[in-house]
Amino acid sequence: AQPKTKKTLGKTGVKNVVVVEGVRIPFLQSGTSYADLMPHDLARAALQGLLTRTSVPRDVVDYIVYGTVIQEVKTSNVAREAALGAGFSDKTPAHTVTMACISSNQAMTTGVGMIAAGQCDVVVAGGVELMSDVPIRHSRKMRKTMLTLNRAKTLGQKLSLISKIRPDYFTPELPAVAEFSTSETMGHSADRLAAAFGVSRLEQDEYALRSHSLAKKAQDEGLLQDVVPFKVPGKDTVTKDNGIRPSSLEQMGKLKPAFVKPYGTVTAANSSFLTDGASAMLIMSEEKALAMGYKPKAYLRDFVYVSQDPKDQLLLGPTYATPKVLEKAGLTLGDIDVFEFHEAFAGQILANLKAMDSDWFAQNYMGRKSKVGAPPLDKFNTWGGSLSLGHPFGATGCRLVITAAHRLKKEGGQYGLVAACAAGGQ
Amino acid sequence: QMGNRNVENSCNTCDFSSLGYACRNISTSSALQNRTHVSCDIKGDVAVVRFNTPNSKVNTLSKQLSAEFTDVMNEIWANEAVRSAVLISSKPGSFIAGADLNMLEACKTAQEVTQLSQDGQKMLEKIENSPKPVVAAISGSCLGGGLEVAIACHYRVATKDRKTVLGTPEVLLGLLPGAGGTQRLPKMVGLPAAFDMMLTGRNIRADRAKKMGLVDQLVEPLGPGLKTPEARTIEYLEEVAINFARGLANKTVSAKRSRGLMQRLTDYAMALPFVRQQVYKTVESKVQKQTKGLYPAPLKIIEVTPLHHLICFFSFFGQLAVTKESKALMGLYHGQVHCKKNKFGNPQKEVKTLAVLGAGLMGAGIAQVSVDKGIKTILKDTAQKGLDRGQQQVYKGLNSKVKKKSLTSFERDSILSNLMGQLDYKGFEKADMVIEAVFEDINVKHKVLKEVEAVIPAHCVFASNTSALPISQIAAASKRPEKVIGMHYFSPVDKMQLLEIITTDKTSQDTAASAVAVGLKQGKVVIVVKDGPGFYTTRCLGPMLSEVVRVLQEGIDPKKVDAISTAFGFPVGAATLIDEVGVDVATHVAEDLGKAFGQRFGGGSIDLFKLMVQKGFLGRKAGKGFYVYQEGVKNRSVNSGMDEILQKFRVPANPDVCSDEDIQMRLVTRFVNEAAMCLQEGILSNPLEGDIGAVFGLGFPPCLGGPFRFADSYGARQLVDKLRKYEAVYGSQFTPCQLLLDHANSPSKKFHQ
Repeated sequence: AQPKTKKTLGKTGVKNVVVVEGVRIPFLQSGTSYADLMPHDLARAALQGLLTRTSVPRDVVDYIVYGTVIQEVKTSNVAREAALGAGFSDKTPAHTVTMACISSNQAMTTGVGMIAAGQCDVVVAGGVELMSDVPIRHSRKMRKTMLTLNRAKTLGQKLSLISKIRPDYFTPELPAVAEFSTSETMGHSADRLAAAFGVSRLEQDEYALRSHSLAKKAQDEGLLQDVVPFKVPGKDTVTKDNGIRPSSLEQMGKLKPAFVKPYGTVTAANSSFLTDGASAMLIMSEEKALAMGYKPKAYLRDFVYVSQDPKDQLLLGPTYATPKVLEKAGLTLGDIDVFEFHEAFAGQILANLKAMDSDWFAQNYMGRKSKVGAPPLDKFNTWGGSLSLGHPFGATGCRLVITAAHRLKKEGGQYGLVAACAAGGQ
Repeated sequence: QMGNRNVENSCNTCDFSSLGYACRNISTSSALQNRTHVSCDIKGDVAVVRFNTPNSKVNTLSKQLSAEFTDVMNEIWANEAVRSAVLISSKPGSFIAGADLNMLEACKTAQEVTQLSQDGQKMLEKIENSPKPVVAAISGSCLGGGLEVAIACHYRVATKDRKTVLGTPEVLLGLLPGAGGTQRLPKMVGLPAAFDMMLTGRNIRADRAKKMGLVDQLVEPLGPGLKTPEARTIEYLEEVAINFARGLANKTVSAKRSRGLMQRLTDYAMALPFVRQQVYKTVESKVQKQTKGLYPAPLKIIEVTPLHHLICFFSFFGQLAVTKESKALMGLYHGQVHCKKNKFGNPQKEVKTLAVLGAGLMGAGIAQVSVDKGIKTILKDTAQKGLDRGQQQVYKGLNSKVKKKSLTSFERDSILSNLMGQLDYKGFEKADMVIEAVFEDINVKHKVLKEVEAVIPAHCVFASNTSALPISQIAAASKRPEKVIGMHYFSPVDKMQLLEIITTDKTSQDTAASAVAVGLKQGKVVIVVKDGPGFYTTRCLGPMLSEVVRVLQEGIDPKKVDAISTAFGFPVGAATLIDEVGVDVATHVAEDLGKAFGQRFGGGSIDLFKLMVQKGFLGRKAGKGFYVYQEGVKNRSVNSGMDEILQKFRVPANPDVCSDEDIQMRLVTRFVNEAAMCLQEGILSNPLEGDIGAVFGLGFPPCLGGPFRFADSYGARQLVDKLRKYEAVYGSQFTPCQLLLDHANSPSKKFHQ
């Protein structure tokens, strides 16, 4: 391997923060084995898995942070509900963060910040998403009527309110994977992004097939060590991700476009699917980990968040963040041994690769002198990605980080880089 | 050379024999290098035809473009390797914006225009019947002749962006769709929708066009990629269109549209002769009512739409093109283009922060048309209640666009973030321009001017939105009169297109440039006039309204006055106009201008207005004026309280000058005479701006094209004769001005050449 620009990213005066362990329950297509559970049940299972795997004493954990996107209204602080149910100390505070598909990245970096600032030594960060059940609401008109009804005192008032209810009041409000600011669904935006960078349907299908094949291989070879089994109440123990399905280009080619009809390029086969799942990660200050006798799996060194136009650059986060974080760390793209990028859509990944490889884009949109370059594919998501393993919005970030750590260890690499795009153009 | 080409074309359209094409190919081989307006690329088995009028922002169907287009299409038909074609523009903002008006105007006779129309239709018929499918890839304006080209194609793909609009604006120029659109459009979108498009000339956005069946596929605009969004989007449009063209040729794509249930029901109903007749009858009576028969084009459109004898239709097009109405409307079109340019050049400093004083109807209106153009706008009032009302007006204006889906609620919110409502002068130190819209009183204006000058930076322009107070009088209180200018908006600001900018002797060029730039950015048609009492617009309106009062005093009731004036082409009746302006405002203006101009503004009794004000009959805003206004009541009735007042000021009428036509002419001649005087005195810099100001600001009949166009078409001699006739009866308010007399004395003199 080529010599690294820097031997270490450690900084004097800043605490080293380490990943002790990271686990996840198997990621399942929504509507399958987890369908009858609640989000905190999945988070609970991940947390219990982490406890089992690490045997960390419960009272050592200073703080718990969880990321989630579509919130179950009954458990809006899902971190707290899951921690209580997972047997953590009721003296350990917990909060929930949300930042679309990078919610658990936000959970992890929140933990990093707490440790670095000396507020905590041990933090559990994680994420959860249950797409099998989403809050479907009454219409605003109906809600208003129902709330007014609560305040109505006499039977007459109540009856008069009820008599105002019309059939259209019963039309429910469904949550959509769409931007609030632009009303555009993410798949539609991904299709436009792919078109903007001239990514063909075939390229996308090929990339998706690669993701599924690599995931299958990793699964078969037992490389996905972050998965912990989950005994689902009333059902069998789930041990494996169930969305990995290597198909053929021919079969994938038969699918109709899912968003831009009839001529778009993004299909069900080259997009990530709706997924249920949860992840959990134990992070500590290095001193604490060593003192407790743990052998850390990775250092968490630098991170950046970026944001851009939520309409036309919704999914370009990785392109903007990669050169920035490299610069911050004082590394170049060539120093990185392992890349783990979130695969929302094959078209999105390929568009990002093209954008990172374009001087024109770097100069005209990123205010940079030149491109950062595209990561080489042989170092890129080699154990599969969100397209094949699944993408429970809030939980993916932890999967990316722990996979990068495991790959570094397996391949003997030093530096890993994780990136993801998120709704809102972040 | 042109003649030659035409002969060849008509020869060519006789049949489709390959011999004809071969013939064509030989004759065009030399033309190949010389093509400047249309080019052709062959991509596989699809020919991509690109329109690109050189040195122009838009493509127009000029003689040159049409000829080259014909050449290119003939080559495509002759080329066996080509199985389908895509028509696209090289300019992202314009597919084809319409026919070349200069070409039409250059035609001397109806026959020449008829010939042009026939040539166009022949070409489009060939496209329509082409054995090789032709797909129109539409990005940007697709209007008039451009739409005709598009609907002659077999399939249409359009970019779904704001710039892409489809429409048949011919009627706005007094014409009809001249190349078969009247026949094709109803087949495509159904008769009611076709009538709506052709009679209103409205622009239809791409997504609406898709729903109507006017386009078959939409392409969403793309963001940045490896090229600019514009460049990549049109390239993508081309790629998508090529795929559909190929699909049509391979028969994997069907050009047949699946029509919705409602559309099918409409089609079924339209097939019934009885229903069809009813539709025609309804549309015709509606048009008759709205146009009062003053505009020939809409009626011809109705007449021609069911016809299948094209000859008749071509000749109608030819006839229309040479009518004086069409000439007037085309004149207005040119005037609008002229008034969309900043003759003062770019200002040194762009206005990024604007402050508006006074959150009344005007102030809030000005704020509304500024914030939605991205100008940070401070809206200042002196009272919270007034400020709230003003802010609500801006919100309501924008929200109505959300309801009409021309704006998203997110866009509305982000536009509103440009608006800062406040009661103090905070932030004025950053203002690049201040527009005051406070009460029309010179003392109030002086007070705010001084207050503002204490807080604004040196470069900041102070503009006064006044309808009558002379700007130099306002500027007299200024420490920096070169920065003071008048910006006279018309109410409601978000609807009225005109902005009258008034410069004083001391106003600097850069100040004027800045004011015009802001006006243009706000989407206004801008005229720039010199300072003087009433400037141009108010001054022209004054004598006419005075005459209205006189007519009322002579015992003609308000309804009749309205009927007579709308029959002449005024969009709003003259009595209603006073109610709309506000009787108090009218009194104010009449007094001021009366002082300045004396007898010339006489005629009607100003005391009549004063009594109305006393009684609270202030017009629409008070609910009572000449009419009674009630919320939700459409047919307003005459205010019976006025009977007594009118009786009190009653004067005898002279039957020699009181026929309907005489009354119309009394109103109009005074208007035109005053306009001419403004030109004579240099208030106006040219007749074109005078016409634009009168039509867009005051509702002068568009079919007459404005006072100067009318003077030309009616004849200065005839106008002067009328004025003399009325002068003899009423006195010097009808004395024709010197400029009109000059024109009357030399018939070759025209305001518009």
